[in-house]
Amino acid sequence: MPRQTFLLNGKPVTVDVHDDVRVLWVLRDLLGVTGPKYGCGINVCKACTSHINGKAFNPCSVRVGDLTSDDEVTTIEGLADTVAEDLHPMQQAWLDRDVAQCGYCQPGQIMAAVALVRKVRREGRSVTEADLDTIRNICRCGTYSRIREAIAQGAAAM
Amino acid sequence: MTHDLDTTPAGIARRSFLGYVIGGTTLVAAADLAVGASPAVAVPGVRQPAELYDLEDLQTDAALPTSQLITVRIDVDGTASFELPRMEVGQGITTSTAIILAEELDLPVEKVRVTLAPARPELVFNQLTGGSNTTVSTYTPIRVAAAIARGALLDAAAVELGYAVTRLRTYEGVVEAPDGRTLTYGELAQKAASADTKQVQVQLKDRSEFTRIGQPRNRDDAILAVTGRKKFAMDLHVPGALPTMVCRPPTLNGSPKRLRNKAQILAMPGVEDVAKVDTGIAVRAQTFGQCIDAIRAMDVAWAPGSVEGESDQTILARLKGAELPMAVPKVPVLADQLDVRFEFMFRSSAALEPNCAVADVRADSAEIWAGLKVPILAQENIAQALGMSPDRVKVNVITGGGSFGHKLFSDAAIEAAKISQAMGKAVRLMWHRADEPRQGRLHPMVTSRIRATTLAGQVLSFEQRNTSVVTDFSHGLGEIITSMADELPTGLGGLGFSETIFELTQVLPYDFGVVTQLLNETDARFNTGSMRNIYSPDTRVAAELVVDMLAKRLGKDPLEFRLEFCRSDRVRAVLEKVAEEGDWGRTMPPGTAQGIAIHEEYKGATACLVEIDCRPETVGRKVRDAVTGPRVTKAVFAVDAGLVINPRGLEAQMMGGFSDGLALTLTSSVHLRDGHFLEASWDNYFYTRQWNIPPEFECHILPSDSDQPGGAGEAGVAASAASVACAYARATGAVPTRFPINHGRLSFPVKPFVPPVPPSPTNGLKLTY
Repeated sequence: MPRQTFLLNGKPVTVDVHDDVRVLWVLRDLLGVTGPKYGCGINVCKACTSHINGKAFNPCSVRVGDLTSDDEVTTIEGLADTVAEDLHPMQQAWLDRDVAQCGYCQPGQIMAAVALVRKVRREGRSVTEADLDTIRNICRCGTYSRIREAIAQGAAAM
Repeated sequence: MTHDLDTTPAGIARRSFLGYVIGGTTLVAAADLAVGASPAVAVPGVRQPAELYDLEDLQTDAALPTSQLITVRIDVDGTASFELPRMEVGQGITTSTAIILAEELDLPVEKVRVTLAPARPELVFNQLTGGSNTTVSTYTPIRVAAAIARGALLDAAAVELGYAVTRLRTYEGVVEAPDGRTLTYGELAQKAASADTKQVQVQLKDRSEFTRIGQPRNRDDAILAVTGRKKFAMDLHVPGALPTMVCRPPTLNGSPKRLRNKAQILAMPGVEDVAKVDTGIAVRAQTFGQCIDAIRAMDVAWAPGSVEGESDQTILARLKGAELPMAVPKVPVLADQLDVRFEFMFRSSAALEPNCAVADVRADSAEIWAGLKVPILAQENIAQALGMSPDRVKVNVITGGGSFGHKLFSDAAIEAAKISQAMGKAVRLMWHRADEPRQGRLHPMVTSRIRATTLAGQVLSFEQRNTSVVTDFSHGLGEIITSMADELPTGLGGLGFSETIFELTQVLPYDFGVVTQLLNETDARFNTGSMRNIYSPDTRVAAELVVDMLAKRLGKDPLEFRLEFCRSDRVRAVLEKVAEEGDWGRTMPPGTAQGIAIHEEYKGATACLVEIDCRPETVGRKVRDAVTGPRVTKAVFAVDAGLVINPRGLEAQMMGGFSDGLALTLTSSVHLRDGHFLEASWDNYFYTRQWNIPPEFECHILPSDSDQPGGAGEAGVAASAASVACAYARATGAVPTRFPINHGRLSFPVKPFVPPVPPSPTNGLKLTY
């Protein structure tokens, strides 16, 4: 069985599993990292959104064999450590706005929001309503309006 | 209810309640509201049944006899613990319950621990989460239990501190004597315990004394949710419970004959076990990804399903054939008559967390972990499926990732138990997303016909006849109705479950003369359930569109017309609120319009005003793999929910209800074609997304003098769906009669039915941002 090595939330991890297994299942089923959620398995619901090398990605759609030992995967569990705080400003915004209802999609929502803010910053601008409209993460509880408010607050504090 | 009237020095009559201090080593208290339930009421002709006795009353009365079995415990660490016999699925009841307990206990909310009770058969009808009834039915019993606990703490403190109880005061978990000495609840917990169970009488706080109830409070589990630590059923670690999925039939409710390539499947990487069950071929593997690969490789012989060859058109024809005739009341010859017929398609009630359950079935016992809104019935059903007695089956209730009616049923828990038994191993069963719209529970297809007559500026009659595919109420609410038959208003005795629930929930709050609303059902071959606010969104969309048509016919503005005929002060207040806050009647460009609608249910009233943009450049805007269409640009919502426990949570429920209503009217449905539903994932099933949501949403909570909390979880849907429909009709100049409005055009390539699940993509690293 191939040995797969990558960086997970700041630490190297090695796991024995076939190349073909998607990263989501390596995280959830083999490593017990359950923040990223399953909602579709085909990269449309975005509930598993995490970061690879600082950018948003969906581990349901990446083979573990396609990761290199230098690739840095950050899940919701490791987000706060990226700013060396107890909570990332986006998580704090989520708390302040009481965004979550059932909470199932929220790890993915927060990871997507952080990546969106970073993306528009790279483009030299700030988040617009049109940018918020591009977020594909489903919230079946429908708390979209609070998500929009929280992203504005979180972005201001990032 | 059990109470007598006691006159306080101020001359205000206050009810006192009975309850118990339960014998034990630390303080445990319970309410007893079992004696003397409220009497049955008769319905005068002009009132609709639900105005006098509604589903909330029925569920609340059904829960009363077992209220003494629900206890509050005070521990030596100064915390209060309460096992809520309901299920948290995002609606915020653990938070609101903690607020209620803290209020009556005089304890910081943070020191109240609310967890979910496992299945407790002795609670009978007092462990069903549905009908937005949790706070309505538990508000008084848990306050009584908390008040008894506080009273026992005071009694113990009186002995310790040497003062009469009347001279002591409680605050923030502390009892204080006039000399300034204090004792904490933790210090008193064991001293307040009683060796024997004893009956006591208490009075509850007056709402003027409330300091916690009514204050906005964030969810108790928010920190867990935003850090990824909140555990759902699939996040639990149960030893040996490996990922398990089921290869399901290509047509609805088909069944497996045999797996032709079992050896090949068992040889696949990670695969451990394969078993045939009645719903398909189950596979257990090291990872869910390997389950998906195995399902895609399976060669299965299938038996036909329950609706082979059927399609939307054939079911619509069947509904049409079952429609009841209108009972046309006698009207003057000169009266104008309006007849309109609406159609509402099948919709999926699936949450984002798919159906799932963990099961560990041994030779003579079983343990289940799942999100279950009716765990007692789940326990019975699982026991029956396994051939065990219910006391050998432990059912743990896990917080759910959404429900929307889906978790009323224990489909996944029963299936997981059967698979675990067949394999002889623990399983972590999860449905693939594709399984949900194709085999999962749906909102039934419905037609709604309305006939209204008008004469000389008055509406003389308003008849509404809904005809629906059968809604499955076998989740326990049916048993409650049977047991409470004597409590039902006169005239409802002979109706079936669905018709009874329809009559107990539907109210048309307009003075429209002779008003009748009836439901008729046909066709029980589908997997259905009470999707959030089951009958009201369709009923209200149809009715409010007709109200706009009547207003137009009588030359009235929609708001003016509604206010003129409104016969509920609470409805009038929310209607006036949204009209004012939403600037009703402002000038809008062609192709855009406002819409306004109301609803009365769950001991409350709601109104919604929206603005919609139906101009071609908006309708035609492009988003990859998405339905765009008309855009609601602003929504103003108002709610009178009676006594509000947590306004922040209430607002959240109205926001979510709005998102649901928006989807029901504009975008979300499933298409039946040739015996199967075409939708297979979120790129086919168009629930509201960020590109559909109004950039402006506001929710106004009206003040209320009521001592009665209303329901919240489902209260936001109906008025929202109706206001969007009304706005769409006004913006386009044509009243839509089929919902959602985009159902006629299939907006996606249909995924294959064999294999039943799509391949897992591999291109994720090309889509980073």
